[in-house]
Amino acid sequence: MIEIDIETIQPGTGSSTTSQGTVVRLKGEIDAVSAAAVQQKILPLSVPGCRMILDMSKVAYMSSAGLRMLLSVYRQISGNKGKVVLVGLSDELKETMSMTGFLGYFTVEDSLELALQVISQ
Amino acid sequence: MDRIDTYPTHVYNEFNMRPGRPYPFGATPVPGGINFSVFSHHADYCVLVLFKKGEARPFAEIPFRGMFTRPGTAEPFWGDFRIGNVFSMVVFDLNYEEIEYGFRMGASQPKVERGKPGLHRFDTSQVLLDPYARAIGGRDVWGQTPDWDKPYPHRGRIVYDDFDWESDRPLEIPTEELVVYEMHVRGFTRHPSSGIKHPGTFAGLREKIPYLKELGVNCIELMPIYEFDEFEGSRTHPETSERLFNYWGYSTVGFFAPKAGYAATGSAQDGTMVADELMTLVKDLHKNGIEVMLDVVFNHTAEGNEFGPTISFRGIDNVTYYMLTSDGYYFNFSGTGNTLNCNNPVVRGMVLDALRYWAAEYHIDGFRFDLAAILGRDQNGAPMLNPPLLEVLAHDPVLAKCKLIAEAWDAGGLYQVGSFPAFGRWAEWNGKYRDTLRRWIKGEGGLVSELALRLQGSPDLYASRGPTASINFITCHDGFTLMDMVSYNDKHNEANGENNNDGANDNNSWNSGWEGETEDPEIKTLRFRQVKNAFALLMVSQGVPMLLMGDEMGQTQHGNNNMYCHDNEISWLDWNLLEKNPGLFRFFKNCIAFRQEHQVFHNRWHLHSQDYMGSGYPDISWHGVRSWQPDWSEQSLMLGFMLDGKHARGGLGEDNSIYVFTNTYWEGHDVELPRLPEGQRWHVFANTGAPETEDVWEPGTEPALSDQSNLFVGARSVVILVAK
Repeated sequence: MIEIDIETIQPGTGSSTTSQGTVVRLKGEIDAVSAAAVQQKILPLSVPGCRMILDMSKVAYMSSAGLRMLLSVYRQISGNKGKVVLVGLSDELKETMSMTGFLGYFTVEDSLELALQVISQ
Repeated sequence: MDRIDTYPTHVYNEFNMRPGRPYPFGATPVPGGINFSVFSHHADYCVLVLFKKGEARPFAEIPFRGMFTRPGTAEPFWGDFRIGNVFSMVVFDLNYEEIEYGFRMGASQPKVERGKPGLHRFDTSQVLLDPYARAIGGRDVWGQTPDWDKPYPHRGRIVYDDFDWESDRPLEIPTEELVVYEMHVRGFTRHPSSGIKHPGTFAGLREKIPYLKELGVNCIELMPIYEFDEFEGSRTHPETSERLFNYWGYSTVGFFAPKAGYAATGSAQDGTMVADELMTLVKDLHKNGIEVMLDVVFNHTAEGNEFGPTISFRGIDNVTYYMLTSDGYYFNFSGTGNTLNCNNPVVRGMVLDALRYWAAEYHIDGFRFDLAAILGRDQNGAPMLNPPLLEVLAHDPVLAKCKLIAEAWDAGGLYQVGSFPAFGRWAEWNGKYRDTLRRWIKGEGGLVSELALRLQGSPDLYASRGPTASINFITCHDGFTLMDMVSYNDKHNEANGENNNDGANDNNSWNSGWEGETEDPEIKTLRFRQVKNAFALLMVSQGVPMLLMGDEMGQTQHGNNNMYCHDNEISWLDWNLLEKNPGLFRFFKNCIAFRQEHQVFHNRWHLHSQDYMGSGYPDISWHGVRSWQPDWSEQSLMLGFMLDGKHARGGLGEDNSIYVFTNTYWEGHDVELPRLPEGQRWHVFANTGAPETEDVWEPGTEPALSDQSNLFVGARSVVILVAK
């Protein structure tokens, strides 16, 4: 059983702009409520040609709304000819994303360094 | 621009609301809230009951009719969220992922006690599942023992239905090109030998797509995947004390919700995720050229008879949803306690809505209807000539390209194989094909004429519909596996705990000389040959072949012909058999590939036994030990037929000619082969009488016969030749 904490997460606390693009660090759980807040913070960063790394290493749980948020960020950024890379997904999250078909959309890297390489290409 | 209906007009306690939309029924996310809509003809009282996920007590109960206040005021006023017989309202600011919901319904009738007959069974103490719930919680992980004291065990959940299908759509493979593989979602990969990450689930099935591709099937038919309760009728075996389940799932709890316990993500208790997992499976199957057909059970529900549990329908509108006698007992045409009142216009609408939902939202390619004869009965149970439900489904715009397949009989004695009201559209599980082929393979005489009809797609049954109306099968979930069909004369259902009284007695099976397992090499060889004989004939028949999961590797149920209650290693597919019986798998795989390669097997319309292409050969011709001289006598145990390549697909296709000879005699015979046109020679694709290394060839590599005029066909053997 997974207990769902409905505490609203303040996402993007570690958000910083690197020379290569934007690194957004998320922490906590992403559910229907927090996903909307995350999306609100991220979407303004989705300018044409933007490069974004979503650091998921502190994300313990994602609901189906969280998965949707990621996909819509991906759609937004790639629609803007930008690039988005996920980094630090736990095995469990990766598995959930795989079973529900979301994983296939994303470039996933194990470390920030690798992700930086990918988006600077 | 914001919609102007995203603002509340009514307030009840701390909840903001406004009148909802009757359509669609069910719980639908709308901007700012959720639209709840539920039908009841006879209830005048309806309350929405909201739970935080998993909690025993509701956190809110909101009436659809009652005293409300206006936003910002305290003055009460009467509000009524009902249009016609539909209660509908929007509740704002609900976290759709966090809630479970149900309804209470009431009317002025006195309460009917459990076990007593009654037309109306309203009981406001019960929380009722929404018949249109698109996700249902309560059995989230298969076999996890529920808390029996928890009220309201099956709970509606909300699905956010925005799955990204990209360019996927149903495949619309022409019916005549289908090779159907019937399978149980859990049984397919639950066995430890499956070697996958998510055994027994939709995700697990997805991991096995490469296997299905290798086998060559292009359609899987899933045994029931609508939410059901594996604990329904659950009991322990009196002797072994093993837990017996409702493993098959032919007992629907909700017609719109996938079985959560079949999803690897079920444990997350997130209805949308369960839907995502199943949709991802369908999308990937489609990418690999495999259609998905669902075995659907619309003839009854999991509520049983008057002693059964109140889950949903009977508490919402008993007299609408069920066929009842005039004194309020349940008709039992399904053999399971109740009968869904399918030809009540409202229930008909629900069936149609459900099928449209699965076709449109899950991209399902077709449906097989369990005990479909019931769908043609009127509200008093009498069979109708033109059942409106069947007509509506046949002509529905959304379902227009879906395959519709009837199990054309029911438990009330109505047997409609060949006469199911088809409206030019419905196909049938051809029970007569199964029986004839089984009897032929075991070596019964007096069958050769009927066999000829079955091999041709049963023109006697489906004259106007063509061979695609015939779903040909020799085995299915219901009965012996193919290996058991040649290993047992009688059923052995002791493990079901019913003293071997359950399950069919007329199996038309033959044990090949010894009942059950044996190490006798001759008997074993004969059994493998008989399995191959059966499958070879299935693959060269006109119509749509269906095979049972596991038959391609020799799956056994140890003589049990009614596995409905076993969730264990007898019922799960044992993948070790693939290594144990590689020759069998090779035979099946090549036979499927051969069928798919040759258009002479893909006729949309019946053969004529005439040469209308001027090829010098009729489209189909019959032969015996002497070519062109079939033996139609009662004693005959041999039959040959030739399909002329120039007549493939009614003359529209171009193909090789094929010759098939089946001998069920206990001795081999020299058989004269039909002479081919100048320049063509017979090549052998399959000969079940040959040693295993040479009993089948990869299509395209068939060796030419050295003797083009005569061929020895071994005892109980099938030979398939191709002209090149």
